[in-house]
Amino acid sequence: MSKTYEYVPEPALVKGNHDFKDITAMVTDINMRPTPTAWYIAFGISNILLLLLLVSIAYLFWEGTGIWGLNQPVGWGWAIINFVWWVGIGHAGTLISAILFLFRQGWRTAINRFAEAMTIFAVMCAGIFPAIHVGRIWVIYWVFPIPNSMAMWPNFNSPLLWDVFAVSTYFTVSFLFWYVGLIPDLATLRDRIKSKFGKLIYGTFALGWRGSNRHWWNYEKSYMLLAGLATPLVLSVHTIVSFDFAVSLIPGWHTTIFPPYFVAGAVFSGFAMVLTLMIIVRKIYKLEDIMTVDHIEKMNIIILVTGSMVGFAYAMEFFIAWYGGVEYEKAIFIIRATGPYAWAYWIMITCNVLSPQFFWSKKLRRHVGFTFFISIVVNIGMWFERFVIAVTSLSTDFLPSSWGYYSPTFWDVVTYIGTFGLFFTFFLLFLRFLPMVAVAELKGVMPQADPHNYDNDGNYVPPVVEIPEPTRKSV
Amino acid sequence: MKKETSDNKLYGILAEFRNPKELIEAAKLINDNGYRNYDTFSPFPIHGMDKAMSLKKSKLGWIVAVHGLAGLTGAFAMIYYMSVYDYPLNISGKTLMNIPAWIPVVFELTILLSAFGAVFGMFFLNGLPKLNHPLFNSENFKKVTDDGFFVCIETEDPQFDDEKVQKLLEGAGATNIERIFDE
Repeated sequence: MSKTYEYVPEPALVKGNHDFKDITAMVTDINMRPTPTAWYIAFGISNILLLLLLVSIAYLFWEGTGIWGLNQPVGWGWAIINFVWWVGIGHAGTLISAILFLFRQGWRTAINRFAEAMTIFAVMCAGIFPAIHVGRIWVIYWVFPIPNSMAMWPNFNSPLLWDVFAVSTYFTVSFLFWYVGLIPDLATLRDRIKSKFGKLIYGTFALGWRGSNRHWWNYEKSYMLLAGLATPLVLSVHTIVSFDFAVSLIPGWHTTIFPPYFVAGAVFSGFAMVLTLMIIVRKIYKLEDIMTVDHIEKMNIIILVTGSMVGFAYAMEFFIAWYGGVEYEKAIFIIRATGPYAWAYWIMITCNVLSPQFFWSKKLRRHVGFTFFISIVVNIGMWFERFVIAVTSLSTDFLPSSWGYYSPTFWDVVTYIGTFGLFFTFFLLFLRFLPMVAVAELKGVMPQADPHNYDNDGNYVPPVVEIPEPTRKSV
Repeated sequence: MKKETSDNKLYGILAEFRNPKELIEAAKLINDNGYRNYDTFSPFPIHGMDKAMSLKKSKLGWIVAVHGLAGLTGAFAMIYYMSVYDYPLNISGKTLMNIPAWIPVVFELTILLSAFGAVFGMFFLNGLPKLNHPLFNSENFKKVTDDGFFVCIETEDPQFDDEKVQKLLEGAGATNIERIFDE
């Protein structure tokens, strides 16, 4: 009888023949080698962009929000678009670190450190926009429940205030999660680095970690609880971001589909950003054995799934606009697809709905160069999604006499470009000074870490997967 | 390695093992021999070590629960005080006790406090930060964050006996046995 099925083994998480020592060396040697010249060049460029951000913020404070292209009826422009875009990118990091952890996906260990770092820096970039867009920056503390001379408190009924709590909690929890994961690896660097100063710094932040199994016991519990807390948190953050829109009465915003649709879009764009960064980094730092093509494939599948979810949400919005029977709602969706911003709408559809469909092909989702290209396309598409949502609904609101066309100004663009400076400045510092792969966690998922994979003489015996032969009954 | 003098008190005996399996077996042996003040050290958590060392369930869950509850009630109390008691404001005719609208902030603060509990509670239970420890006096122990697997039986243990411990560790297949001193 011929075999009617084929056994597909789970691919090894670490490629090549590496033991624990190799893994430690592969990752932490990057931090101990002298700084490469290319790093200085990249860091210099990032610093120039960061300077652009600082200049544009300074000019904004000096001159006021009039330097941006905002006007009536479009009172929310690039600032809110960039905010939602950056915070959405951040979500992939938490998804990888928390949700995939709860689902026991061993492959997350190769990329979680990296993706969490991306989350933190992306949320920093995001947080800038709501803070600076208020116009009267000197009273920004009004968003926090701090006693003030007016004896007034923030309005807890406002989604904009919920946002303050959501984003600041998100940043804090992501940072703590990241730091807890870093502790054992900082200890590795403390034990390996030669310089006295390095020992002092890494040693201080490693908090005296010494790999005690009594400590690991609490540590693993803590990590699991943090993952369990971060999972609802990450879903709540983009839900609340979507409330900024959905709780208002503007046509095209006032829909219940917004929370799940925003979360799917956030994960979609975040995974694309992780891929963009990862494909460059694994090449430069020669980490192809850790961040393998299998990882890229798995992430591409998530991009395909979330991209299709986003596409479904676009279709559903149209359907509900028609089915709901509200004239303004119907009109806004027709205007989106055919009106003055149709070009943005169709860029969005092409980048977000069509481009991920290539990943149905196994060959394409394992193709590194093609994945890199699509990851950039997706991020452009997701930026345009936020543009379409924010701008089209506002520019053509209830009263046709107030309709207007919104265009960004020079300073809108420069501020946005500047946030890349902030992002990459921090990201390059991270690559240079912190282990970019979670070394301890990665060792933990290697087959060598399992006590069952050793014989009685203490030699490593790779696990043998038993492939069941088809029997007459089961086939 | 430090010389043994009258100032230097013995902290414990450190033994190195080759792999996770030997470490887990050594831990079982030490535990079965009735030792209590000992610890095992590895670059990553080893599956099954909790049973081998008969570790009790971590208390961290309770710490987090208490923190989460404090976040929940604290946030609710804060909003109630601010919007109902201290400065009631009529906002577009909505009721003052607009509880559904408070859910996001109450939820976020619950998570925030729980996360603080999970991180700082773990530090507290582990006695971290502790930047200095007798084990750091051992040059060989540096391997523990790379690929070293160690056991240390401390002098604190009521049945600690220098020779017996050495023999036990040798019998368990330790590759390197070292005496660790307090400084």
